[in-house]
Amino acid sequence: MDFEDSPHEAAYRATARDWLATNVAEHKAPSHADDMAAARSWQARKAAAGYAQITWPKEWGGGGGTPIEGVIFGQEEAKHPVQYGYFSIGLGMCVPTVMAFANDDTKQRFVGPALRGEEIWSQLFSEPAGGSDVAAIRTRAIRDGDDWVVNGQKVWTSGAHYSDFGIVLVRTNPDVPKHKGLTMFWLDLRSPGIEIRPIHQMSGGSNFNEVYFTDVRIPDSQRLGDVDSGWKVALVTLMNERLAIGGGGGAGPADILRAARELDGADGPLIKDSAFRQRLADWHVQTEGLRNTRMRTMTALSRGQTPGPESSIGKIIAANQLQDIGNAAVEAEDQYGIINDPALLPLKGLFQSAVMNAPGLRIAGGTDEILKNIIAERVLGLPGEIRVDKDDAFKDLPVGR
Amino acid sequence: MNFDYSDDQKMLKDEARKFLAARCDAKVVRSVLDDDAKHYDEALWKSVAEQGWLGAAIPEEYGGLGLGHIELCAIAEELGRACAPIPFASTVYFVAEALLLYGSPDQKSKWLPKIAAGEVIGAFATSEGKGPVTARTLKTTVVNNRITGAKIPVTDGNIGNLLIVLAKEGLYLVEGPVNSEVLTTLDPTRPAARVTFENIHAERLGDEDGLTAMQTVFDRAAVLLAFEQLGGADKCLEMAKEYALSRYAFGRQIAGYQAIKHKLADIYVKNEIARSNAYYGAWALNVGAAELPLAAATARVAASDAFWFASKENIQTHGGIGFTWEADPQLYYRRSRQLSLVAGAPATWRERLVSQLETRNAA
Repeated sequence: MDFEDSPHEAAYRATARDWLATNVAEHKAPSHADDMAAARSWQARKAAAGYAQITWPKEWGGGGGTPIEGVIFGQEEAKHPVQYGYFSIGLGMCVPTVMAFANDDTKQRFVGPALRGEEIWSQLFSEPAGGSDVAAIRTRAIRDGDDWVVNGQKVWTSGAHYSDFGIVLVRTNPDVPKHKGLTMFWLDLRSPGIEIRPIHQMSGGSNFNEVYFTDVRIPDSQRLGDVDSGWKVALVTLMNERLAIGGGGGAGPADILRAARELDGADGPLIKDSAFRQRLADWHVQTEGLRNTRMRTMTALSRGQTPGPESSIGKIIAANQLQDIGNAAVEAEDQYGIINDPALLPLKGLFQSAVMNAPGLRIAGGTDEILKNIIAERVLGLPGEIRVDKDDAFKDLPVGR
Repeated sequence: MNFDYSDDQKMLKDEARKFLAARCDAKVVRSVLDDDAKHYDEALWKSVAEQGWLGAAIPEEYGGLGLGHIELCAIAEELGRACAPIPFASTVYFVAEALLLYGSPDQKSKWLPKIAAGEVIGAFATSEGKGPVTARTLKTTVVNNRITGAKIPVTDGNIGNLLIVLAKEGLYLVEGPVNSEVLTTLDPTRPAARVTFENIHAERLGDEDGLTAMQTVFDRAAVLLAFEQLGGADKCLEMAKEYALSRYAFGRQIAGYQAIKHKLADIYVKNEIARSNAYYGAWALNVGAAELPLAAATARVAASDAFWFASKENIQTHGGIGFTWEADPQLYYRRSRQLSLVAGAPATWRERLVSQLETRNAA
């Protein structure tokens, strides 16, 4: 067991660190009035240097590097206040699916601009009736000459309001069991008949959207994979999604430790409260456990192994911990904890924001319950859930609210 | 970056697992549990000594294999999985480690080869009553190399013939036999005793303050114990899984019910967190990293939590049969209590963990 970088890894880290130091400094131009412009400019800079998608082949504009190099660059980049979140769904999930299933012309057209941050992609899978049952898709596509005509509604579409393109999963055959009648397409999100409405979340933000399709025409040439084989294509996207969504961000043990020095408990500073200290220790154990689990994953990657569904533990722990820590800090503020005004709160309201964002994190990218099923079935080999809809035609399935 | 056992270490671990599967099945553990007069399995102890495991982390000049602490961790994990009823932890994690840390060249030459050969059984005597050991509760004293006091409980104190005893003045070596009385404990496969010293010869071990030295030994033992706990927790998950797959209720395997699936997934998550933290502790122990106290506390809290949870939910998964004497889940339930307390309770370690965090953040 060795925590140190190998000589090769250390050299790569040093190069990345130097590149970041120079380029972040040059990047801080006052011309970047808004977040998005700054993010695009940073992404373009990374793409030019081969740092945009480190593990992608060089012929596609990637870095031609190893997963470990990708992680090392990520660790170093995270130390700088730069924006790159806008591109993660496209580059992490959508474009890899396009690369796997589209023809060469399509790939040539889209990979470069996505890599450089010029075009942003969304993933349109979830529907109001879907949720954890992703294949319960009702958005219907009917063949009309060289086109497909799409009607229906998608929901929880992250970033659709600022995206240019998307990959969409639709039902092309309702007469067969649900997984067998789906087809995947890529599409221009500015096509006639598409309406994007941001969803107002309980946290106050609006990162997700409802997307309505009214007689939207998608040419058959934009199909990814075979007709009715969209589930196979979606699985490729979903596999990449599990790798892309980590814990990340929000209040952690170090933040609440910092706050506990300032906050008053019943008998002096909260940090002296023994019940609080016991909980703090458990949070540290979880956070360290996840950090060290990532080290184990990196080790597996460096040996050419693929990380399996065991990485699901990261989101289960991180999202629940965020909720716990946020709430512990809010309760420690006593009556004052009701306030949710960043200007009046410790760490600019970090803990209140944790409380209000954690419910979404426990659901996005697989609920706690689905992730536990995945661990039970794919890691421990326990029987799958009983699926009463497996053999019935989609059109015959009972529909609730 | 390599955060896993090396190929050689994996081979050692696999061999240990096969060896223990052959020599230490549940029958062997039960032979100690069921017989009040039997406190450990002598045949297993002897063959473990022949394997060289007692001296895995003892340098070759002192009769050990001179491997390293990661190798010892690998062995500990397998001993925990097998619930081995031998005084390995007392002898190796506490006494041998204390001698390596604080022994004079003479003390090391005299004792370490005997430990490696399985000729002595060690015991680390610190507790004198309920609650953590503190300067306020510590009564044992040494005057002119004669020790007086009573220690309770001392794990393996009834079978140990080389004791390291915490006194107000520091750590002391006491050769057995000593005056001991076996106690009834939660885990009779790791027996404990009340040991009394009345003006007995004792030899100073190192010149460190006693409580500081005890804690330093505890930090090292905590990492090694975490691997035993991890092995035990993994075994509990396996037992629960096998039972859930073989047991039918309401017309299907209980392993197919989401309540059971989620319970086993929860055990898995805690075990993986414990494993990752144990690996970090092993690395810190092996290279003598400055963060060992924090890494050890983190490993110990995670492992204690994981083993307790796995051992109790294993019984729960087994249902009524799990509560019977004849079923094996109780062996691990007992052992989880013993391992969580023998180097100080999880609450004490959580407190130590936070103190370390405060120190680190202040620096």
